[in-house]
Amino acid sequence: MSDIVLQASAVTRDFDISRPLLQRVLSGEPKRTLRAVDDVSFAIERGTTLSLVGESGCGKSTIARLAVGLYRPSTGDISFEGHPLSAARAQASLRRKMNMIFQDPYASLNPRWRVRDIVAEPIRAFAILASQKDITDRVGQLLSQVGLSPADGEKYPHEFSGGQRQRISIARALSSEPDFLVCDEPTSALDVSVQAQILNLMRDLQQRLGLTYLFISHNLAVVRHMSDRLGVMYLGRIVELGAGETLFRAPRHPYMRLLLEAIPDLAMVGRTRTPVGGEVPSPINPPSGCPFHPRCPLANDRCRTEKPIHTLIETTEIACHAIAEGRA
Amino acid sequence: MNPPARLIARILARFWDTDFAYSFRRAPVAIVSFLVLVVCVGGAVFAPLLAPYNPFDLASLSLMDSFHPPAFMPDGDRTHLIGTDDQGRDMLSAIMYGTRISIFVGLLAIGFALTLGVTVGLVAGYMGGAVDAVLMRIADVQLTFPAILIALLVDGILRAALPREFHDKMEIWVLIFAIGIARWPQFARTVRGSTLVERGREYVMAAQVIGLSSRRIMISHILPNVLGPVLVIATLNLGLAILDEATLSFLGVGLAPTEPSLGTLIRIGNNFLFSGEWWITIFPGLMLAAMVLAINLLGDWLRDALNPRLR
Amino acid sequence: MPLLEVENLIVEFPTRRGLLRAIDEVSFTIDPGEVLGVVGESGAGKSLTGAAIIGLLEPPGRIAGGQIRLNGARIDTLSPERMRPIRGRQIGAIFQDPLTTLNPLYSIGRQLVETMQTHLPLSDRDARERAIQWLEDVGIPAARHRIGAFPHEFSGGMRQRVVIALALCAEPRLIIADEPTTALDVSIQAQIIALLKRITREHGTAVMLVTHDMGVIAETADRVAVMYAGRIAEIGPVRDVVLTPAHPYSEGLMGSIPSLEHRVDRLRQIDGAMPRLTAIPQGCAFNPRCPKTFARCMTERPALLPAGPTRSACWLHAEAAPHV
Repeated sequence: MSDIVLQASAVTRDFDISRPLLQRVLSGEPKRTLRAVDDVSFAIERGTTLSLVGESGCGKSTIARLAVGLYRPSTGDISFEGHPLSAARAQASLRRKMNMIFQDPYASLNPRWRVRDIVAEPIRAFAILASQKDITDRVGQLLSQVGLSPADGEKYPHEFSGGQRQRISIARALSSEPDFLVCDEPTSALDVSVQAQILNLMRDLQQRLGLTYLFISHNLAVVRHMSDRLGVMYLGRIVELGAGETLFRAPRHPYMRLLLEAIPDLAMVGRTRTPVGGEVPSPINPPSGCPFHPRCPLANDRCRTEKPIHTLIETTEIACHAIAEGRA
Repeated sequence: MNPPARLIARILARFWDTDFAYSFRRAPVAIVSFLVLVVCVGGAVFAPLLAPYNPFDLASLSLMDSFHPPAFMPDGDRTHLIGTDDQGRDMLSAIMYGTRISIFVGLLAIGFALTLGVTVGLVAGYMGGAVDAVLMRIADVQLTFPAILIALLVDGILRAALPREFHDKMEIWVLIFAIGIARWPQFARTVRGSTLVERGREYVMAAQVIGLSSRRIMISHILPNVLGPVLVIATLNLGLAILDEATLSFLGVGLAPTEPSLGTLIRIGNNFLFSGEWWITIFPGLMLAAMVLAINLLGDWLRDALNPRLR
Repeated sequence: MPLLEVENLIVEFPTRRGLLRAIDEVSFTIDPGEVLGVVGESGAGKSLTGAAIIGLLEPPGRIAGGQIRLNGARIDTLSPERMRPIRGRQIGAIFQDPLTTLNPLYSIGRQLVETMQTHLPLSDRDARERAIQWLEDVGIPAARHRIGAFPHEFSGGMRQRVVIALALCAEPRLIIADEPTTALDVSIQAQIIALLKRITREHGTAVMLVTHDMGVIAETADRVAVMYAGRIAEIGPVRDVVLTPAHPYSEGLMGSIPSLEHRVDRLRQIDGAMPRLTAIPQGCAFNPRCPKTFARCMTERPALLPAGPTRSACWLHAEAAPHV
């Protein structure tokens, strides 16, 4: 068996979005839930990157939070290094093996803390090093590792640019000596030239430290650059999951094809095309059957009524009636 | 210069250069308020050194000295610049000592309200759910009553509950408790609101991912980030708390005439307002008004100075 | 004659630490019907340039030098009262967040009708008919029924369509579109870009398209200006700037964008970050990050110099430049 770091099996997560109890009772409304993640399964092999890509409201950030145990699945199981996630979270020696990098470099660092304390926090929390001197040395080493100077530890976050803050965030994530990092849109708040720096840094670190990434992004080009495997999400479900290169070279699912068609690209200079219509439906009130059917050029009656299940086609898992029936 | 003095000079120089200090330098109202406050607080704190008489020293009081008008009036004399009261107390000294008591009560009451309110607000905001609902409904209910009414109520209950002698000894603490209890909900509501915002920020999530306890996240991460607005509310409420104390004392449920606060002085003087001895009530009243106004103006400025959107 | 001429525009912000020059001698023109893309990183001054043109600089920011001419007449010196009729009638604006443009309290129909009647002599009935036509034109389904709907009843993409209708309904000659698709999902973004392209072409409207997304520019613009630290680093036909950039910054910028077409091991990266306005280096503002600097770059600010089909603010293109 291959070495699986994180495995999600049929994970579903519902959120209660009803109004407060009193108001709900007074106006006689039923309880309402939003299914942010619907029957999602994936596994991430050690030292590789699985990316999840999708538009807003597709549930990718919820999966990021589920993967580090900030949320619990409503149903289904997640395991980390072979242990159930909740058991792994309860044990400091396993909990320190996972960490997270966030989207907004302006919100992910406590503005009142010095950088050295921000980076040292996981070291202190897990009591990895005891003496102040060892901690200082280690923080300096971590800051150098992400391309900052050890002297930067004395400063406060507001003294840094967005890209530098993201480096600090990465240094903090690395300080607990993790094997597994969840990266939730780590570059979407950055300018492109800085994005390139951060993506390069993350790839370097992965190679040097053997890190495993769960990489969440809405940017297909970034995802293509980063991933070994790729899951495409739509309204809480993974509609296509397979090797990154395969998905980009020969996308099967109509949604993936729509995305690739829609994204403006430098190579498209001077060319025109007809974009696909329709909008992402609200997850509060998802369409029946296959959630993509209202925008899908291949939809038929079966798509409108019956949720497609995942089928393994060659090496790719696809949830689409049209492909399973050979209509596409 | 010796090293500590140099260090202090450097810290002051750095403070002088901050946006905060800059905004202060550009606000004449804040500067004037600050100066007024320095005079009030300075006079109060150093009253034992500065005051011409000790109004608490009953032995030195003589009824012969009572109802002296201020020095600038025809019958006034220079020994009592703003006159004396019915007991023969020097008004200036009485006001200085009275301000001392008023400020002491105000500060401690706000300190108490702040501690309670911030704790409740943090817990409610961070924990959410039923804890939040219960704590905030309590605050809501209390906010529907005027603070002074709550203070009167608490004071009354404590008076009834505590043995007489004990109560007399603890009078000032009862007052502090009553005012503090009356003023916590505003702190709690504000802190809860800021906590809700901070709780959703990613640095809090980063702390949750490494498994820090809620208590530690609240204290070391959220608390420092919600204190800005608290400072403003504390300042504005300090003025109100001093007024609360004055009101309670004026109504006769506060401090005893033997150790008068500003409110007590105003109440005593009020009896003589229409018999011509206006100075006994007017001067403590002016002092109270000036001090509370200065605190409020300073609080208003602080609110603007700490609001990043107005910069 | 160009529709819009911006000449040596300077925008400054007085702060207590001195004057900050946010836009430093920026010059460009837009011809009738042309789409000029303006790209750059956050803080490069691209949105400010747009704001200066429509007279909506946020105080204390102010135009401290240069000229802005529309159809040959200066508009940078006009009073706010005289500028107001120009905004909407001559220059329309589309912003990133449609909710800042749309009034939540009025129906979209009323907003369209009011905008048109402010600028054009139309009867209520004609204005209403035209509003419906505009909504149909920008792809609002069942426009006749939805004309009474309020902004919150639309999705983000639909709202941006309404904003486009609103910006165009008084038939301005120029549209300033500031990050019009940034807040939208990719599949919606493509629809809005296509709409903007089609509708401005049909009406012959010129567009100044401000965005940080090179892909959007590549597909939409005729010419592109690359801004860096308040100046234009390179300006020229979009194909040339994207495919064969002349300025080292544009070159680095294009190289750092991950591509959908092929996968590389490492992205080209420009080290460092754009300087803050308080710390713009002497000479060329890009010199600390530039791989090709030489002595002159450290002391002298380069102006825009001809560099093949584009113009580039780089001493490499000066004839006297020593070759490295």
